Amino acid sequence: MNRRKIAALGLLCVFGAALLPFQSMLQREAQAAHFQKTTLSINLRERIGQAGFLAALSGFRSPLAALLWIQAHTAWENTEWGRMAGLFETVTTLQPRSLPYWDMAAWHMAWNASIAALQNEKQASEALRIRAQRAYIQLGRDFLERGILNNPDRPQLHLQLGVLLRDKVEDHCAAAEEFLKASKYPDAPAYAARFAGYEMAKCPGREREAYDYLRKLYEEGEKQRLPSLINLLRQMENKLDIPASDRVLSEVPNSEH
Amino acid sequence: MKSAGATLAIARNTFTELVRQKVFFFLLIFALLIIGNSAFMAKFSFQEQFQMLKDISLGAMSVFTSLIAILATANFLPKDMEDRTIYTLLAKPVPRYRYLLGKLLGIITLLGCATLLMSALFLATLWLRENTVLAETRSQMAGGSTGELALAVKEVTDATFNINLLPGIAIIFIKSALLASLTLFISSFATSSIFTILMAAALYFIGHLQSTAREYWLSGVDVEWWSRLLAAAVALLFPDLQAFNLTDDIIAGTAVPLTLFLNTAGLGILYVAVYFTLAALVFSGREL
Repeated sequence: MNRRKIAALGLLCVFGAALLPFQSMLQREAQAAHFQKTTLSINLRERIGQAGFLAALSGFRSPLAALLWIQAHTAWENTEWGRMAGLFETVTTLQPRSLPYWDMAAWHMAWNASIAALQNEKQASEALRIRAQRAYIQLGRDFLERGILNNPDRPQLHLQLGVLLRDKVEDHCAAAEEFLKASKYPDAPAYAARFAGYEMAKCPGREREAYDYLRKLYEEGEKQRLPSLINLLRQMENKLDIPASDRVLSEVPNSEH
Repeated sequence: MKSAGATLAIARNTFTELVRQKVFFFLLIFALLIIGNSAFMAKFSFQEQFQMLKDISLGAMSVFTSLIAILATANFLPKDMEDRTIYTLLAKPVPRYRYLLGKLLGIITLLGCATLLMSALFLATLWLRENTVLAETRSQMAGGSTGELALAVKEVTDATFNINLLPGIAIIFIKSALLASLTLFISSFATSSIFTILMAAALYFIGHLQSTAREYWLSGVDVEWWSRLLAAAVALLFPDLQAFNLTDDIIAGTAVPLTLFLNTAGLGILYVAVYFTLAALVFSGREL
């Protein structure tokens, strides 16, 4: 090795050492902005194989996730629910910041797989069918909860979890909380707040709170004054015996919706 | 001034030579990939379609630019020596570092053109698919209220083009320029293009593990001394290529803060400059 090569190696080491604090700072900055948070573990290595793991390590996480998603779609067409769940697990591990993957994985599990389990003709026992249905709903819920943990800066998965709790679990108190959480994000759609109110109204013991909340929404203006909200307010005013003078809707005609 | 002209002439020549080698034929494969992808994806929901179109297009962009950077750079020194053009060039008053700079600039120009063309193809496909989905959405919601339609349209547009894709593409280009410069450094002491390509490919993979090795070394985990020494060597000698992997998260909708983009781009440019300097240092003493 001649002197120039030794000098180049020395300079490379000096440059590398000088850059270390900057690289660490950049990594912290990236992670604070929700970049490079994916953990590539041995568990993932077992699921995607050596070539897949190498691709994921080399900066091809997203194309790999897309390819596995296509496989999951094929599994769906063949109604291979267990395989689908495994593939969804891998895809969401590879791309934890991708909302459609969490959302669709949860939907497939809590809606499609759970119904298929309930209607499974190969299972004679109804109790076992119901148990399998609940397990898939729980799996869907689990996807959404983990998706929320990975995307704390976005409202969409809170909304989807609210829908799942409302329609599949029928836990209106928990659904209200999720819609409420979603509504607090600056980019949340206007219906998030309304849905929170609707679910709160169905939550035992929170009727008065729900009435005040819905009334506040009504007072926000035309944007929130939809027939469902007006009807619910009217029902609640009757249910809670709100004095006529305090009623917000005394002059609003009843809606058909 | 005169030597700057010579550098530019070498750069132009390198670029023309690479174009004549039909390097841009890869664009055909890229086009087939994204058009085929978008046609095949029609059975998925529009969110899935756009997500996968972005995943595959940006992934392919990264693969193609990295391959061009490594293969084109690894090939030019042995080729110039084989057909003896290097001797003609260096016999003239052109310093060796100018020759290398010209070559590197030629390759970086090619990488820039390739990135621009692929981006144009990708964005055009995205735009066309967006318009198709928007037309479908409008016809499906023809009887609905204006508010509902606006919400549905927003959902579609949110899933397609995102301004953060542009810094993501810029970082793909900078990463490829870094790889070209790194390959140039290897080829400055390598004896064959195969050696250069193999070394560059190995460094590509090691570079993606550099941040893990750095963390391992700096966290002061109580392990064998040789294990720490190995981690330190990787952290000091190899570039941190993982820092340039922003597109995976950009595709998923994560916004790139300006400081993060500028710092990452700055790091890439610094790597390019340092590897070029080292290549020039080694090449200046090489016996031709």
